[in-house]
Amino acid sequence: MKGIKYSLVALAMVVPSVFAQNQPPLKVGMMLPYSGTFAALGNAIDYGFQLYVKEQGGKIGGREITYVRVDDESEPSKATDNINKLIKRDNVDVVIGTVHSGVAMAMAKVAKETGTTLIIPNAGADIITGPMCAKNIFRSSFSNSQPGFAMGEVAAKKGYKNAMTITWKYAAGEESVKGFKESFEKGGGKVTKELTLPFPGVEFQALLTEVAAAKPDVVYSFFAGGGAVKFVKDYAAAGLNKTIPLVGPGFLTDGTLEAQGEAAQGMLTALHYGDNLNIKRDNEFRLAYAKQYKLQPDVYAVQGYDAAQMLAVGLKATKGDISKKDDFAKAISATKFDSPRGSFTMSKANNPIQDFYLRQVVGKENKVIGIASKSLADPARGCSMQ
Amino acid sequence: MDFSTFLIQTLNSVQYGLLLFLVAAGLTLIFGIMGVINLAHGSFYMMGSYLAFGLSPMVAEAYGGGLISTFFIGVVIAIILGYLLEWMFYSYLYERDHLQQVLMTYGLILVIEEIRSILVGDDVHGVPIPDWLSASIKLNEVMTYPVYRLFISGVCILLALVMFLVLSKTKLGMMIRAGSVNREMIQSLGVNIKFLYRIVFAAGIAIAAFAGMVAAPVSSVYPGMGQGVLIICFVIVVIGGIGSIKGALIASLLIGFIDTFGKVLLPEVAGVLVYVFMAVILLWKPSGLFKAGS
Repeated sequence: MKGIKYSLVALAMVVPSVFAQNQPPLKVGMMLPYSGTFAALGNAIDYGFQLYVKEQGGKIGGREITYVRVDDESEPSKATDNINKLIKRDNVDVVIGTVHSGVAMAMAKVAKETGTTLIIPNAGADIITGPMCAKNIFRSSFSNSQPGFAMGEVAAKKGYKNAMTITWKYAAGEESVKGFKESFEKGGGKVTKELTLPFPGVEFQALLTEVAAAKPDVVYSFFAGGGAVKFVKDYAAAGLNKTIPLVGPGFLTDGTLEAQGEAAQGMLTALHYGDNLNIKRDNEFRLAYAKQYKLQPDVYAVQGYDAAQMLAVGLKATKGDISKKDDFAKAISATKFDSPRGSFTMSKANNPIQDFYLRQVVGKENKVIGIASKSLADPARGCSMQ
Repeated sequence: MDFSTFLIQTLNSVQYGLLLFLVAAGLTLIFGIMGVINLAHGSFYMMGSYLAFGLSPMVAEAYGGGLISTFFIGVVIAIILGYLLEWMFYSYLYERDHLQQVLMTYGLILVIEEIRSILVGDDVHGVPIPDWLSASIKLNEVMTYPVYRLFISGVCILLALVMFLVLSKTKLGMMIRAGSVNREMIQSLGVNIKFLYRIVFAAGIAIAAFAGMVAAPVSSVYPGMGQGVLIICFVIVVIGGIGSIKGALIASLLIGFIDTFGKVLLPEVAGVLVYVFMAVILLWKPSGLFKAGS
């Protein structure tokens, strides 16, 4: 009995303070990979998001932020159930997620049907801000073809005439290669052969032999994680890096330099973030992040941070009422975001229009050495919003 | 494809095939001789790679380096682990049906992945190639071939020979072969079958872990690396004939050729070629190319 009495007293003390605010807390559904291969990426996004909310004093647009977290396990078959649980059972006001493109596509479908606001902090599938685009779906990262497109411009400007591409035969790789091919051929080059191998195979020797036989001027490749490490090492072990430069999107050398070691030195990659950017905003962000989490931030943390910025812009414009979808979207389209990566705006399809940096591997850093493509926008083919 | 490229691709095929054999050999022992479907086989391969990653700096500090001593310590750890796992879990599975074996060994995959995540984290790591094996051979004006890959091939051939000799020429091999055919009969002849199985299992695990260690410098070390090799290993074991070392060797080489040339000549369908090949072999010879114990 005593226990009940105490909890009633506690409740009486809590209730007025909740009612004292004019609006209840905003529930943010974080649907990210908290386990498995992408766990580190999911955590970085979550940390980045929280950091921005903390900097605003825990409140955005006058509303306190509470979190509901779901581990999406990077498992597309569970994605629809997971996001439905967040929206219907937990009644979240907005969903943030995710890393894996297949999962994000299922999430975007549900978000489109239910009208729930979705901010994607990584997954790059072109289709999400292409044919699947919607006014309540935003992306704070990139589309897969963007880094490829930026690298293609650089390769063409360097005077390379013919290129070969290598990637896994799956959507992200093919979209990346498509971006490279488009800008490289526009710049006067020619992609002579597109090599692929089944995902997630890591036996590259046969394809490297093909490269050596064809002797192109440059090789563009998209791999990530363990595949990226092995590919870059195999490429160097085959001696190809001495005569045929290997380039790629930033993912080829991001978070993998420790394992790639010597083999990656000097490689050029393109991404919307890098080390040694030396922008004031980035320096502040890196310091705050390192202080808070005792970790160095990466591109994923930046994308999480910017997802929170987007939410803040929309909420401020609607005075905390996220159900005003049109005003929310309008405010985001009209804003120039001040991000650690540099400032960016949003395209009509809700994908960032941003600078892509040219980075070179020096030691264990992806050092920014210039801009590969200025204010690059995804063409968003098939999107009805433009 | 000109002739010199063809020769290099042939070298790639043989090399890849031998590497596959190294992983599949342990699986065919356990699957074929003990009749247990061990889905966790890939996890032991991964464990081997992580052992190489974790042990090599320690061994370097204690003994001043040495790839061979790292392998040796790793194999000893794997044997002990295999012995314990057989005693704790697998020994209950011999009389059960395949579904229960699949369930338990699948559970083991999840447990091992989680332990790895807690102990080492989810980052990708590299294992350096020792200096005395880090040279490369010039193949043509742009391409070189790392000596370490040839070293792996040599190790694989040696292992195939040792396994073949032990199984076909020694008394232990004779008992193992007999045990795979009739468990009760060999027990009544006074052979301690439980102990025998425990040794076979420990050897199978040790070979898988050894494969992971040998491959670590070229494959790098990353989460979930075992699942990739697991499926192809089952394909090899089934094509070669369950429990046959000779069959596994020949099937590995065949798969090596099909995979390598498939990627080059038919890239559109490279992903399914090996499975089509398996289907054709099974239509022709439903129990695989060779009999158990051969």
